[in-house]
Amino acid sequence: MAEILLILALSVLLAWPLGHYLARVLKGTPSRSDALFVPIESTIYNLLRIDPRRGMSWRGYALAFLVSNALLCVFAWLVFMFQHWLPLNPDGIPGMRWDLALHTAISFITNTNQQHYSGQAQLSYLSQMVGIVSLQVLTPMMGLGIAAAILRGLFGGLNAATAQEGEERNLGNYWVDVTRLSLRVFLPLSLVLSLALTSQGVPSTFAGAQTAQPIDASAGMAEQTIPVGPVAAMVATKQLGTNGGGWYGPNSAVPLENPTPLANALEIIAIVVLPIAVVFMVGPFTGRRRLTALVFGVMATLSVVSLGLAQWSEYQPNAAVAGLAAPGPNLEGKEVRFGASGSALWAAVTTQTSNGSVNAMHDSLNPLAGTVALVNMLINSIWGGIGCGLVGHLVFLLLSIFIAGLMIGRTPEVFGRKLETGEVRLLSFLIVLQSLVILGFTALALVIPGVAANSNPGLHGIAQVFYEYTSAYANNGSGFEGLGDASYWWNLSASATLLLGRYPCLLIPLLVAGRLARKRQAPESAGSLNIESATFGATMIAVIVLITVLSYLPALVLGTVGEQLMLAGG
Amino acid sequence: MDTSSRHGIKVHAARFTAQAMQEAVRDAFVKLAPRTMMKNPVMFVVLVGTVLTTGLSLQALAKGQPWAYTLVVALILFVTVLFANFAEAVAEARGRGQAASLRAARSQLVGRRWRNGQFEYLPAAELRPDDIVVVSANEQIPADGEIVEGVASINEAAVTGESAPVLREAGTDRSGVIAGTTVLSDEIKVRVTAQPGASFLDRMIALVEGAQRQKTPNELALTVLLAALTLVFLIVVVTLPALAQFADVKIDVVVLVALLVCLIPTTIGGLLPAIGIAGMNRALEANVIAKSGKAVELAGDIDTLLLDKTGTITLGDRRATEFIAVAGARVPDLREAALLASLSDPTPEGKSIVALAQAQGASSGDISSSTFVPFSAESRMSGVDLASGRRIRKGARSAIVAWARVGSVAVPADLDAAVDRIARGGATPLVVADDTRVLGVIALADIVKHGVRERFARLRAMGVRTVMITGDNPLTAAAIAAEAGVDDFLAEAKPEDKLARIRAEQAEGRLVAMVGDGTNDAPALAQADIGLAMNSGTQAAKEAGNMVDLDSDPTKLLSVVEIGKQLLITRGALTTFSLANDVSKYFAIIPAIFVAAIPGMAALDIMHLSGPVNAVLAALIFNAAIIPALIPLALRGVSFRPGSAESLLRRNLLLFGVGGVVLPFIAIKLIDLVLAAVFGAR
Repeated sequence: MAEILLILALSVLLAWPLGHYLARVLKGTPSRSDALFVPIESTIYNLLRIDPRRGMSWRGYALAFLVSNALLCVFAWLVFMFQHWLPLNPDGIPGMRWDLALHTAISFITNTNQQHYSGQAQLSYLSQMVGIVSLQVLTPMMGLGIAAAILRGLFGGLNAATAQEGEERNLGNYWVDVTRLSLRVFLPLSLVLSLALTSQGVPSTFAGAQTAQPIDASAGMAEQTIPVGPVAAMVATKQLGTNGGGWYGPNSAVPLENPTPLANALEIIAIVVLPIAVVFMVGPFTGRRRLTALVFGVMATLSVVSLGLAQWSEYQPNAAVAGLAAPGPNLEGKEVRFGASGSALWAAVTTQTSNGSVNAMHDSLNPLAGTVALVNMLINSIWGGIGCGLVGHLVFLLLSIFIAGLMIGRTPEVFGRKLETGEVRLLSFLIVLQSLVILGFTALALVIPGVAANSNPGLHGIAQVFYEYTSAYANNGSGFEGLGDASYWWNLSASATLLLGRYPCLLIPLLVAGRLARKRQAPESAGSLNIESATFGATMIAVIVLITVLSYLPALVLGTVGEQLMLAGG
Repeated sequence: MDTSSRHGIKVHAARFTAQAMQEAVRDAFVKLAPRTMMKNPVMFVVLVGTVLTTGLSLQALAKGQPWAYTLVVALILFVTVLFANFAEAVAEARGRGQAASLRAARSQLVGRRWRNGQFEYLPAAELRPDDIVVVSANEQIPADGEIVEGVASINEAAVTGESAPVLREAGTDRSGVIAGTTVLSDEIKVRVTAQPGASFLDRMIALVEGAQRQKTPNELALTVLLAALTLVFLIVVVTLPALAQFADVKIDVVVLVALLVCLIPTTIGGLLPAIGIAGMNRALEANVIAKSGKAVELAGDIDTLLLDKTGTITLGDRRATEFIAVAGARVPDLREAALLASLSDPTPEGKSIVALAQAQGASSGDISSSTFVPFSAESRMSGVDLASGRRIRKGARSAIVAWARVGSVAVPADLDAAVDRIARGGATPLVVADDTRVLGVIALADIVKHGVRERFARLRAMGVRTVMITGDNPLTAAAIAAEAGVDDFLAEAKPEDKLARIRAEQAEGRLVAMVGDGTNDAPALAQADIGLAMNSGTQAAKEAGNMVDLDSDPTKLLSVVEIGKQLLITRGALTTFSLANDVSKYFAIIPAIFVAAIPGMAALDIMHLSGPVNAVLAALIFNAAIIPALIPLALRGVSFRPGSAESLLRRNLLLFGVGGVVLPFIAIKLIDLVLAAVFGAR
């Protein structure tokens, strides 16, 4: 318990200065490090033929985002399919089948890292470094760029002071945002963390797989192949960038990815530090310090409740082995070295932050903790992915303003700009889209005979499928596993889910911000809705819980909630 | 203000008479037409559910299977739709009551058209704009128009319900007349300004009857959100059997329909149109005609009120409050001179001088042979020429000083000090002089209306700023502004200053409301987001504004803001209530669906309902009954206590959010107890 509090306190403490630093980087505030970074940035801008001073409208920003993503995705797809012809493949791994390669490329370009493959066996070092890690570095910064553009839009854009009502607003330059964030924030952090992890024993080598002779003859094999590689760098980026895709199939449960208690603590901090820093960025970036208090208050409240439930749940005995002489916590699917507490903590934060790396098998969590993981991903903005978590939060903020705002006797306004039919239509579309994609695909996978290919019957089987699509739509990437997911159905349906969970969820709010930015801004008065208050924070929590629970309760009841009730009912 | 006693013919007459009820019930069925239902996506889904369950029950009947339960569900759904339609119909019926009484006022109007020196009697429907009609005492004015010749006192009770006659005069800002009102005295020539069928009254009636009723912007936005939520729940319900079959759980279609109807926001979906119509009706009850529902909605958003000082903030008339003698004169001399100069002065100011002087003990001799000199724009003073030859004048400082100079009368050095002192106190100085000397100054004070200060304080708490517009000098204006408690003032304002001020406020993003009556107010009325025109004003003003106050009471603007806010609050409160209701309905229906296949689900049945069938019926009955239960609230509006946004939000959230979660748990449990008692536990 003390350990959990210490880790969380450290994360928040580190996130505070990091958030202020993020704001400075995004605002382009001059700093001493310019001497180092400006030449690199200028080179990049020159290579890409970018004028860094040119602002972009929401359209330009969205287009740049889409174009860069499409190019990178196709590039990664080709690398994965043809890795056997490419260098840095000491273990002679063959190319991926087209559908698996496509799913993998989409999974990583969407900052999801859902894996229908095992990295150590199916990806070459080149694929890991060029295909996987480069996307793990860029995609979180792209998400953060979109979030920054949306925040700029909500306050009228960078040209708010001079632009006329109805005039297109400058939401920043996409290329500059992503370049600066990657160079000045993400790469230095990754460097520090990968060195720290290397020091703890995470492999960091270009040598091929090692062989070892098992001491215990009962293992039944003469020698064991131990895949290694430049693992530390990849683990660092996967944790820092809410990515989550591991080098090894079992992710951070494998000692080679997560060897020591210190490594485990560092990785948990890495999972949450940037998502929390983004919240602390909001105040200095927008000049509205109290806005940070609202966002942090709402997210932290939900986070603590979710953490607490997961902890409590995993301290309950596993029903399958209930009635033992010495009842203990649920240790099924867990590393004994992390125990129930460390695994439950990880399970909670990895689903809150859209990270998706695991140090225990979520399939084996007690049903309540499984429900917590699912609800975290359905909300997907308790911290959430870097940038996209904040965007999701802003969507809930706008919806709450629309519903509750009327009760103060004014038509709803966001920072003085009216929320009208056009915006509400776009936001409504997002709510419908989420349930249509997740529930629609879940229903199809369960109805079409044989496609789910899951390992469990009954409620748990339903939960496995529901979890997979929820995780994909949330761009989380963790799995309940137990699915025969290396099939066309899973690769393609999950790819569609991944895309729909990423692009509309980032671009529609960007469009809404672009529309709001152009509107007339009313000065705030005693009659305006004060969103930075405890009352409104409570309203927002109610709206978030209500929308999520009301839409997904039946599906949850037919899955983990049902399982929990059956346990409770005996 | 108690409108009911003053405006006997208003909406109150139409409140829920038996006939209005019958009409509303009939309309509830008429509105079942699919084309009408399509406009309300939430209720349309319920209607489809009704058809589906009815079909299922008939099918079961044909096959000899149990059918009664399905039919009961179908019936409850049908009643739910009817209740929603009824809510809208009742709101419309109330509006129609108002319209009927207005229309009665114009039955069979006949006009005397004046053409080429001859009269011609014509039905009002044949009068065209620019026709000149003559109307004499005891005749009704046949068409909207402007007086081009003459003065008349007119009884406008037919339109405003106000029986005191009003004066209308050609060439003034009070030249507008309305069809259906009655001339009490004199004869006037009126130039017709409205096409037949498009007169002010016609448009009003059309408006009230809902002929022009379109969804307001916010209503439309809310409809979109409600439709989206309906779609989400449709997806939830449609996919549920697919999930369930994997665990070998069969779900009855009837229960699925019940779940869907309980989850979609039927309460707000059913009441939304009624809330909007009721908002316009409330404006009408306050005798304000809003030209569109949008205007009423917008009124809630107003940030700045521009208010004319005279008539709105202060009583129309200034009153004498003090006599200040200057060097070389005594107060009794001044008092006596002021009294003499004012005895024949018909203006309210003059009368108040007489009253003050007499109250202070001044008495006048016989003035029968003296000559009263009325105020003229040229001389800018009034007074009296006594039989003795003494001339007394009172007027603005500059006018009297000029007059004194002509008569070589010395102007005392302390005059300016006295004048300034009065002006600084918010009063108007009136200098009195005679042939021999300047006597002193009378202070004419503006009397701030009773209760205005409190009203402005309330507006301030709601975040609405008030700006006073006055022709007074800045000193006087500042003093009155401070006394009345307005936030800002515009002194020495000309009509174009009003327009400029509105533009400036709007440029800062504020929504501005103003009151006006004169033709020169028209541009400002059109520019303002809410322009409330006085019914007594010119046609141009009434055309330019987006609301007209039939009582011509400028303070009505404050009520208009409150009506707008109340409309939005009611909409938000019922939306919140409707969504919060879903929690309890889940707890009723989810266990009912699954408990047979998954016994553990009984743990979710926290209300301990008597059985799955009763649980579903109880939830559905609550869902239907809550609509008529809330109709009075939807029509009346959520009680509105002015206060800060924060306090409003907290109060309404507790009442409608928390209340919306808790109430249905209790209600569903009670309905279940009744069902169990009557039909047994099923």
